[in-house]
Amino acid sequence: MSELIDLTLAEARDALKAKTISAVDLTKAHVKAMEEARALNAYVLETPDQALAMAKASDDKLARGDAGPLEGLPLGIKDLYATDGVRTTACSKILDGFVPRYESTVTSQLWRDGAVMLGKLNNDEFAMGSSNETSAMGPVVSPWAPPNWDKARLATALKGDKKGLLVPGGSSGGSSAAVAARLCLGATATDTGGSIRQPAAFTGTVGIKPTYGRCSRWGIVAFASSLDQAGPIARTVRDNAILLRSMAGHDPKDTTSVDRAVPDYEAAVGRSVKGMTIGIPKEYRVDGMSAEIEALWQKGIGFLRDAGAKIVDVSLPHTKYALPAYYIVAPAEASSNLARYDGVRYGLRVDGKDIAEMYENTRAAGFGKEVRRRIMIGTYVLSAGYYDAYYVRAQKIRTLIRQDFETVYHAGVDAILTPATPSPAFGIGEMGSADPVEMYLNDIFTVTVNMAGLPGLALPAGTSDQGLPLGLQLIGRPFDEEALFALGEVIEQAAGSFAPAEKWWV
Amino acid sequence: MNATLDPKKLISGATGDWEVVIGMEIHAQVTSHSKLFSGASTAFGGDQNAHVSLVDAAMPGMLPVINEECVKQAVRTGLGLNAAINLRSVFDRKNYFYPDLPQGYQISQYKYPIVGEGIVLVDLPDGSQITVGIERLHLEQDAGKSLHDQHPTMSYVDLNRSGVALMEIVSKPDLRSSEEARAYVTKLRTILRYLGTCDGNMDEGSLRADVNVSVRRPGDALGTRCEIKNVNSIRFIGQAIETEARRQIAIIEDGGTIDQETRLFDPSKGETRSMRSKEEAHDYRYFPDPDLLPLEFDQAFVDALKAELPELPDAKKARFMKDYGLPPYDAGVLVAERVQADYFEAVAKGRDGKMAANWVINELFGRLNKEGKDIEKSPVSAEQLGAIVDLIGEGTISGKMAKDLFEIVFVEGGDPRQIVTERGMIQVTDTGAIEAAVDAVMAQNPDKVEQARTKPGMLGWFVGQVMKQTGGKANPQAVSDILKAKIGLE
Repeated sequence: MSELIDLTLAEARDALKAKTISAVDLTKAHVKAMEEARALNAYVLETPDQALAMAKASDDKLARGDAGPLEGLPLGIKDLYATDGVRTTACSKILDGFVPRYESTVTSQLWRDGAVMLGKLNNDEFAMGSSNETSAMGPVVSPWAPPNWDKARLATALKGDKKGLLVPGGSSGGSSAAVAARLCLGATATDTGGSIRQPAAFTGTVGIKPTYGRCSRWGIVAFASSLDQAGPIARTVRDNAILLRSMAGHDPKDTTSVDRAVPDYEAAVGRSVKGMTIGIPKEYRVDGMSAEIEALWQKGIGFLRDAGAKIVDVSLPHTKYALPAYYIVAPAEASSNLARYDGVRYGLRVDGKDIAEMYENTRAAGFGKEVRRRIMIGTYVLSAGYYDAYYVRAQKIRTLIRQDFETVYHAGVDAILTPATPSPAFGIGEMGSADPVEMYLNDIFTVTVNMAGLPGLALPAGTSDQGLPLGLQLIGRPFDEEALFALGEVIEQAAGSFAPAEKWWV
Repeated sequence: MNATLDPKKLISGATGDWEVVIGMEIHAQVTSHSKLFSGASTAFGGDQNAHVSLVDAAMPGMLPVINEECVKQAVRTGLGLNAAINLRSVFDRKNYFYPDLPQGYQISQYKYPIVGEGIVLVDLPDGSQITVGIERLHLEQDAGKSLHDQHPTMSYVDLNRSGVALMEIVSKPDLRSSEEARAYVTKLRTILRYLGTCDGNMDEGSLRADVNVSVRRPGDALGTRCEIKNVNSIRFIGQAIETEARRQIAIIEDGGTIDQETRLFDPSKGETRSMRSKEEAHDYRYFPDPDLLPLEFDQAFVDALKAELPELPDAKKARFMKDYGLPPYDAGVLVAERVQADYFEAVAKGRDGKMAANWVINELFGRLNKEGKDIEKSPVSAEQLGAIVDLIGEGTISGKMAKDLFEIVFVEGGDPRQIVTERGMIQVTDTGAIEAAVDAVMAQNPDKVEQARTKPGMLGWFVGQVMKQTGGKANPQAVSDILKAKIGLE
């Protein structure tokens, strides 16, 4: 059945409609692949019984001819999404054993449209991380093998401490790894500062962070409310377009979601990009950028130029302030959003002699190091006497960043092309242990997009000198995800697809 | 405001007079079916944690959605306080940990409240009026309730109130005595009840006050204030202010200084106690709630609410004075509660307003008070009381008889006019019958007739005797007139 898991989501959809495959067989193939790939730790919870029941129902619907747009398509769900009756922990000890009695709006829309849930995917704890190493459920191993490692070394590391095996990026590392390793046809993910796009870039997959407000945040464990946005990771641009159409939409339960019709994104895939204007921002050519990233960027520019797009140099002058401002705004919101995990009502509780000590014990034991660090940073920047110097200034910078983009778009630019990450994937345990900022720098090309609330698509466009996938990022106008899908498909067609060479983890 | 110093309001200490300065923060529960940011019921009572939504319990991934009715209620209240309505306001998070605060923050309004400055006119018992400035009104969530008496070693939490909408109404430090403070809260409560934006029920915690108290020598700059938290009756507000002002005066007169702090009033011990000092004050880390967009509406929204506002107490009082010729005190008593005013108007309609006011205030309120009943539960309807007033006006019954009739209607019910007929309570105005009774009394008491000719004060005794003879049915005025003529006092 291995050919079933190699289908793209669109191919599987068409085959199900044509009845050349069944949803149950498709699901079984994925369940088997998941079992074989447990060492990658992409899934933190497998739900095969539920998956098969949903697949069976899908086959019935397909037989009756009343199939939804995602009928019978098996998906993985990031553990940040609340799933009714299915454990949801955001990969934090503090939500140990938490089973919500509600379904997030986005996943409920996926099920409405016929999708099948395979299980819950690993992520950095509360989505705070860029390598999936902060997960309380342990790191995720990328299906991309480190260059020049032989089978024996891979096997030893996989069974052992996993050091040196590649990270799948983060925070949606379970999502990117599962998609790249063919453990689902597509996955939900979330992106606060790059958590969809950076993992996609690290694993040769495609991911889109839609415009802020495009998808409901209701039922998704909050990290930083003004930046968080749901989106898909899948293997192709078309698959992203198909998934986003089901995920997007206005939700009266989230007042920051936007009441605006959801277009047929798939119709934009394959649309001509001739005459479109693509901005190349000089500020993204950062100090010390590697030659291979620069080469990748030039390659992408070439692809779009060849397709008839007009390439212009643009300036986004406040780019350099985005990362520091992001690391004020996001922790500030997080410090408040995570206050509810106090041991009183659900999740972990570690008793103490009084209520204050119970809080301290619970939160000290329940939150990992990175989460605690960000809570402390956030608490500090909101404190009396520091608020104006940090939070208020960061918000001002945010406005300036948004204005940078507005100016460029106002001048006629349709989309902006940048690298997605400053480097290819690195090894587990290799980055950020001495200086967290080293890890934060992973988001240098992606945070601006969250700060401005814009849509951003990441997709593979080539490989590093050592053969690891490298991604480009397309940044669009607000609510113009269609332009990104049209442009992304052009790059995809020109660059080809990128998959790990073999299933070395089986 | 209150620029002139009223010596009566000063408190005398061992070393001279002191002026007390008071500002209040009133927390008024918004009358609404559901909570400020969730669909859960706001009904009082109910089983513990029966009115709790996923949002109120702060489950992961839950988001607040503003309840439009609560916004309207805040705007109505602002209009009732003659205040500026802000077309754009912002919800902030006030962060602190407490078991009955599930989110770990209270959604409130900090820098940009929905209502700005306004004024309240407050009548004092001596007939004078003061103007109290309103600093602001903002919307915020209530917290839940910790229950410490359900388990020997643990506390439980009831979240029924968690997320219920409150209006915090902040006054300027314009109050100068406990009496003024009590009158202010009373007036504010009246306005809220007229507007229907808060039921003002202090027993159920719908209205609570944080009272800021400081003292100073008359003419000096403001002293250091202490905030007395969560006082839940108008009487206790008065007591807390008196107690706290005297505590502060004693400290200063002993050469000490006042520490800015938060205190609690203990009515059973009649003292205020320190809760936390300024140094221990929370750093609430306010910042705009990123889950909520700024609250914006247009002037037309405000105008539509304004057009539907009921007549408010000040306007009603002025109208009662003008239309019914009532003295300010009576008008003030009647408008204190909208139901009272409505009752009065039903009685006064087409009748003598002053007489109607007398009967409502003196007889009805007095009798209801005695029974401990509210006007809503009055056994005598406005229609029945109106009929009694009519019977007096027509001269059918005397004032004395009317009181008896009122008592019958109060206790037994029934149509006053019918009762008068059935029980023969008709006043005798037939001069012949009265003359006969007068003659009989004079014949029985010739000596007293003589005395009365020189001592006109005796006339009262004769009137009483004649009334007795007629079973109280004679018109007293007619009796008096006939007696005077027959005895020869004219």
